[in-house]
Amino acid sequence: MEKRVTFKGWLLPLLLVAPQLAVTAVFFFYPAGQAVWQSLFIPDPFGLRSQFVGLGNFEFLLGDSYYRASFVTTAVFSSLVTLVSMGAALCLAVLADRLIKGASTYRTLLIWPYAVAPAVAGVLWLFMFNTRVGVISWYLGLLGYDWNHVLNEGEAMGLVVVASAWGRVSYNFLFFLAGLQSIPRSVIEAAAIDGARFWTRFRTIVFPLLSPTTFFLLVVNIVYAFFETFGVIHTITSGGPQQATTILVYKVFADGFVGQDLGSSAAQSVILLIVVGTLTIIQFKYIERKVHY
Amino acid sequence: MATVTLTNIRKSFGPNEVIHGVDLDVANGEFIVIVGPSGCGKSTLLRMVAGLETVTTGELRIGGERVNEKEPMDRNIAMVFQNYALYPHMSVFDNMAYGLRIAKTPKAEIAERVANAAKLLQLETFLARKPRELSGGQRQRVAMGRAIVREPDVFLFDEPLSNLDAKLRVQMRLEIKALQRKLGVTSLYVTHDQVEAMTLADRMVVMNAGDVEQIGAPLEVYERPASLFAAQFIGSPSMNVLRGTAAGALVTLANGAVIEAAVDAKGPVIVGIRPEHLAPDPQGPIALDTTMSEPLGWNTLVHGTMGGTDSELVASLAGVHRESELQGTMRFSVAASLTHLFDAASGRRLGG
Ligand SMILES: Nc1ncnc2c1ncn2[C@@H]1O[C@H](COP(=O)(O)OP(=O)(O)O)[C@@H](O)[C@H]1O
Ligand SMILES: [Mg+2]
Repeated sequence: MEKRVTFKGWLLPLLLVAPQLAVTAVFFFYPAGQAVWQSLFIPDPFGLRSQFVGLGNFEFLLGDSYYRASFVTTAVFSSLVTLVSMGAALCLAVLADRLIKGASTYRTLLIWPYAVAPAVAGVLWLFMFNTRVGVISWYLGLLGYDWNHVLNEGEAMGLVVVASAWGRVSYNFLFFLAGLQSIPRSVIEAAAIDGARFWTRFRTIVFPLLSPTTFFLLVVNIVYAFFETFGVIHTITSGGPQQATTILVYKVFADGFVGQDLGSSAAQSVILLIVVGTLTIIQFKYIERKVHY
Repeated sequence: MATVTLTNIRKSFGPNEVIHGVDLDVANGEFIVIVGPSGCGKSTLLRMVAGLETVTTGELRIGGERVNEKEPMDRNIAMVFQNYALYPHMSVFDNMAYGLRIAKTPKAEIAERVANAAKLLQLETFLARKPRELSGGQRQRVAMGRAIVREPDVFLFDEPLSNLDAKLRVQMRLEIKALQRKLGVTSLYVTHDQVEAMTLADRMVVMNAGDVEQIGAPLEVYERPASLFAAQFIGSPSMNVLRGTAAGALVTLANGAVIEAAVDAKGPVIVGIRPEHLAPDPQGPIALDTTMSEPLGWNTLVHGTMGGTDSELVASLAGVHRESELQGTMRFSVAASLTHLFDAASGRRLGG
């Protein structure tokens, strides 16, 4: 039963939501409005005058091969981060689900990476893979592999993907574990008796029953990979080499703050706003249906 | 179809032994009901047969073959769970076809076998529905159907009717019995409900705290309970138990009343008398100080204590009796052949 509270007047309800509205207005509507406004102008480099260009900034961006390359980079990066962090989390959750003894220690240890800020995580991984002093690059060197993510684009991408995914594994793990534990044991047992071995059970029973969790995590992780990985990329590669790890959010920063092209930067922010808006709408549409089976 | 043989089966969870050595021989096609109070180890025993729990010690054979080390899928059994355990994301058809698909049964044969089972269980119109669109009784049937289509050697049931309301339970009980008769598949059925046990079983296994108290046909257990526990667990209302001292065939009860028993004994004993075997008799040796009565229509229960003691006593009188007839002290007698004697210390049955 849903419990609804009804108010008589409109003053109290308005007062109750006012703080949230204020926060949203100051930190979301105002800057978003500014971005939209700015995206229509090209300011001079000193910020003294700006010239109205209409959708000129957008036109320019869509024709810009660097911007389109950044789109592809973002797609590759987000897919890999989502895949790696969700895949690793699912494996760990399946293991933890079968584990009875020591499960709580194991879970606690797995939560820790989530508490590490992205920039700190970036520095951590950067040290391990540092081409001169990194412990892992040193071991790779012993094995005859010359690690250099400063020059090699693929290695740079690999490193930022792993560093970004690492912190997300805990979060995804918690949701997957909760999802797994909500599947009645007897359903799994019935499948075992029906002849399904571990993989068949996973494929035909467990995974489909996890699909609401998986879908939710998919959207959340894509949004994360799009926006919150800035710190990791900034500390490890700064978007390089040759823009190989310049995802859209990083490009907003690079063009706006470093390149001082504020009009283009604002237009890029607006495009990102549209992307995340779309993702959120998709998510809400599906979550409304809640149960998929 | 197959025999099932349990030899000195024990089960421990960590340091706690919960099954203390069970021996059972199930014949081909036999319907065995394992009955006992909650927590006595019935489910654990059944789950060991299914392969969902390991056997700590002892040997388990299905169809003569040792299966201790076999996985559930290699035992050719089917199980019906208390909560039905249907696959929630699959249609009724897919639920029933799941095991056959895994066994790579040809499509046409799957369709035929599911159709047959659906017909048998009156599920034909529900095949496209998801479990959540079914009532409890229909879900129960789907769970049965899923077990039937695989044509297993052994059916295992773990309290399959416990989640149904009383009326449906009686109906499904009859259906299960009819189905098992028709298919002739060896069945192990776990329940805490002694009425289900009495009505379904070819033989029943009465369990108490991890031990088997008695294995026998329902009427055999009813007429000749092997222990005080089996005597009190089977039959409703429960058998009356009265402490006394035996000398030959005569037993002196706590209040000095003397009754005749079916067997000779000596020293402290416990006399068991079923409420329905207490016959109203103004000259009878057993006095009942009535406290209340329960008219059930087809019979009437009279509750009270045995005259001059605080031992509880229940009598079941056939037919309708008015409250006014059932006041004060009533006297009863009991035929010697209907009494049961148990050892006061061990609770085991005395005599044949
Ligand atoms: N997985 C388990 N771990 C520990 N103890 C268990 C487990 N399963 C059952 N038990 C214990 O074994 C005993 C028998 O349980 P169970 O077979 O479920 O009883 P029943 O089905 O007769 O109600 C209970 O005391 C229960 O606490
Ligand atoms: Mg049980």
